[in-house]
Amino acid sequence: MAEGAFAQAQPAGPPVAQSRPRFGRVRRLFRNGLPIGPLLLFGMVVIAGLSGDGLAPHDPGALNLGAAFRPPAWLAGGSAAHLFGTDNLGRDIFSRVIVGANIALVVAAYAIVLSGTVGALVGMVAGFFGGAVDALVMRLVDIQMSIPSLALALVLAAVLNPGLSTVVIVITITYWTWYARIIRGEILSLKERDYVALARVAGVSTPVIFARHLLPNILNTLLVLATLQIGQVIIFEASLSFLGLGIQSPDVSWGLMLADARNYIQNAWWAITIPGVAIALTCLSANLIGDWLRDTIDPKRRQL
Amino acid sequence: MVPTATERPGGAELVPAQPLLKIENLRTHLHLARGIVRAVDGVDLAVAQGETLGVVGESGSGKTMTSLSILRLLPKPMGRIAEGSITLDGTDLVRLSEEEMARSWRGRKISMISQDPLTSLNPVFSVGDQVGAPLRYHGLARSRRSLRETAVGLLRRVRIPSPEKRLDDYPHQFSGGMRQRVACAMAIACAPRLLIADEPTSNLDVTIQVQMMELFRELQAETGLGIILITHDLGVAAGICHRIAVMYAGRVVESGDVRDIYRRPAHPYTQALLAAIPHLGGGRRKRLQAIPGMPPSLIDPPTGCRFAPRCPHRMPRCADYPPSFQVGPTHKAACWLAEAGA
Amino acid sequence: MSTPLLEIQGLTKHFPARSGRGTVRAVEDVSFSIGPGETFALVGESGCGKTTITKLILGLETRTAGEIRFDGLDIASGRAANIRAYRRQAQAVFQDPYASLNPRIRVRTIVAEPLMAQGIGDRASREARVREVLEVVGLPASAADLYPHEFSGGQRQRIAIARALALQPRFIVLDEPISALDVSIRAQILNLLADIQDEFGLTYLIVAHDLALVEHFSSQVGVMYLGSLVELGATEDVFARPAHPYTQALLASVPRPDPDHRAPVAVIRGEIGSATAPPPGCRFHPRCPRAMPVCAVDAPGRWSLDAGHWASCHLLDPALGEQPRMEPVS
Repeated sequence: MAEGAFAQAQPAGPPVAQSRPRFGRVRRLFRNGLPIGPLLLFGMVVIAGLSGDGLAPHDPGALNLGAAFRPPAWLAGGSAAHLFGTDNLGRDIFSRVIVGANIALVVAAYAIVLSGTVGALVGMVAGFFGGAVDALVMRLVDIQMSIPSLALALVLAAVLNPGLSTVVIVITITYWTWYARIIRGEILSLKERDYVALARVAGVSTPVIFARHLLPNILNTLLVLATLQIGQVIIFEASLSFLGLGIQSPDVSWGLMLADARNYIQNAWWAITIPGVAIALTCLSANLIGDWLRDTIDPKRRQL
Repeated sequence: MVPTATERPGGAELVPAQPLLKIENLRTHLHLARGIVRAVDGVDLAVAQGETLGVVGESGSGKTMTSLSILRLLPKPMGRIAEGSITLDGTDLVRLSEEEMARSWRGRKISMISQDPLTSLNPVFSVGDQVGAPLRYHGLARSRRSLRETAVGLLRRVRIPSPEKRLDDYPHQFSGGMRQRVACAMAIACAPRLLIADEPTSNLDVTIQVQMMELFRELQAETGLGIILITHDLGVAAGICHRIAVMYAGRVVESGDVRDIYRRPAHPYTQALLAAIPHLGGGRRKRLQAIPGMPPSLIDPPTGCRFAPRCPHRMPRCADYPPSFQVGPTHKAACWLAEAGA
Repeated sequence: MSTPLLEIQGLTKHFPARSGRGTVRAVEDVSFSIGPGETFALVGESGCGKTTITKLILGLETRTAGEIRFDGLDIASGRAANIRAYRRQAQAVFQDPYASLNPRIRVRTIVAEPLMAQGIGDRASREARVREVLEVVGLPASAADLYPHEFSGGQRQRIAIARALALQPRFIVLDEPISALDVSIRAQILNLLADIQDEFGLTYLIVAHDLALVEHFSSQVGVMYLGSLVELGATEDVFARPAHPYTQALLASVPRPDPDHRAPVAVIRGEIGSATAPPPGCRFHPRCPRAMPVCAVDAPGRWSLDAGHWASCHLLDPALGEQPRMEPVS
């Protein structure tokens, strides 16, 4: 009663691959075409961020009032010494953009890891146990989502001190709900899978069910969510810093650069435009990479 | 009154000189990353007016791809008709442009019912709107009033009780069996010549399945509709089909009058299928004659007869694909054994 | 019958309705028992409660009322020791072999999971057991290294069966074990299930909608309609002399692979009622071709026919129906 050639491919028909071939995962990443531009751009931001001030041609904090408001190198009056020109205090904008990338990435990394961990754990517990736990957690999520995050930031900045850790805390509090809701939904459908039911029939303990059957199946979703969050976090950090609730001088943040330059928008448009473009391009490339990841490894989550 | 074949005359020649639908040497390929799937690989079929042709096969046998080829609804972009002709009422559908197909054939002269009526009904429109939609699309309705009346008439024809009241209900307010009736009403709205029913009863309970089969018979008697019934269920096919084509691995291995197929199956695959299913009244635990192995991959199908690796009567000749041999006046089988028997 | 292995008494399960109002009476006062080595089939249309019963028996849902005893042990009341003992002896095979195997873990882990969960054996002995059960279901030992997607539907169902056998259970719940498989594969799996039953002395509870399969495969059959058992008996008695109009209708509706079988005419009209507001009296009466006024008022009692064969219908009441000599089941 042997079944012909062992482990032969599925009888080919219209329903092609019902499960995801594990080894196809790497290959699948290339199927939709790599987003070359966004990857290059984001790669540059990452390199700049990791280098700290190693790549910066000038000390980003060095004042030189004599050289204030130098235009970028490609405009009349600009010089190669200051590629993106200088600001009202004569600081080199190119150096400051590079150093600002560091803050943006550090904030994004902390905030995403923290909010992702908290949100995923809460979502998994709520989705799996349901009932009162679920109701409690989801009400908490609803309440959290109805509090304006800027108001929350104001309060926290007043209680704690404005600065990097406050920014991370505010962003974590704002974004964990996002993970919690989506992971909860995912777990709700995963726990109804037959293989989870069979594990319970065999007497597999709940922690093992989580580790073996649930967690591996939400990793893709978590990865996609995290990538899509990078852009949002960077904008949020810039907004907080712009309002004076986030990063404080002498640290350098793109948001802070915008705030410093807004009074001189008439005579030095580049001082505000260049950090603005840095924010926009970084977020755009992060979002495009996130979209591509989602479409490639997790197509059912198109609605995100 | 259109002539119909619903009387099922036993053994008589049912294929008229001018069939309603004639498929010749159809080859449909799916171009996938892992290779070309020869989903339909040289299929000939014919359906007469007022006749029900059962296309019986397992998943991957090419039965659904054949029906999607007729409708020209192959999955895009990988599905392609590579060769062959599909002639309906003297027109080769393969040569029509997509626009002509959509304007005056699909939904108009050929319509389809799928396995799951939930996917063919839109949840946000009332049933009345949807049943009338094909008429509106093909410009067959004169006024809103007459459209509504026609919709009521259609729902009545598919035996939905008190159709006037149900016209403004939404699909979710109907049960599974009733939804399949609504899908049926939509399918017959434009008085098509050919209806393709792809596993129309597979999701229904047996008592509802019987009601649907009865409906098909009644509709056919009323309109002379040609029906292609695609199914894996030999019981359902025996109940309403006049002729049967058995498909295996992209090819028709046997075709004939329904009695030929069930009484004198000539192809070893058909014989094996009939022996492999439990029959009501067969008693307990007579060991079933299982078919060993599994259907072949269509990317790299075996040369020669595709059933040979699983066939109990395999012989050296099976390395060449057997042509279709006539084993009876209305009965053909693609097997070398049939040549010997002929 | 000898002492039953599984005994169900007055099993009832109510869910709160999705809409928030009312109660879904999914299972209502169901009693039956399965002797060792028997194959008990539950049949009925979708929504009749047969899947809920299997979930209750497997401990995936908690009952609202009633008793479930396995080998004399009460397993419905939630006593941990009883349940642990039961988990080693009862396993399940589900309908869809694509859904019942986790796509991300290897066949070795899938098959060994029940052994690991029960803390049975060390690594080497579990490995040996995995080989052994894979061989029983007709798969080579090398299958253990692969992932589920590398197998066809029939082979996956073999893996699911191997997994169910790993703990050497005495009882297996089969929920539509072949209906998701290709027609040409079904007989292989059915024969395999019959072989392992004989070899290991297994007791089966099978849920199926295909009556021809039930007749072929089971020794006892219970017919369910809208949460209640309406007829129960030895398979040959029920199929030869169906007493309940619903059983008769089901049997008449089965499509047969015979073109000269009198084309079935719909015996019963309408569709299964709502479990939230089941009809009063006999739940089947709105669809019953032989309903009497009393059917809309009183729920029928159980009337015994052959030994161990009973049906719940007013037609069998000698005071009302045509057939005398019936005795109500005590």
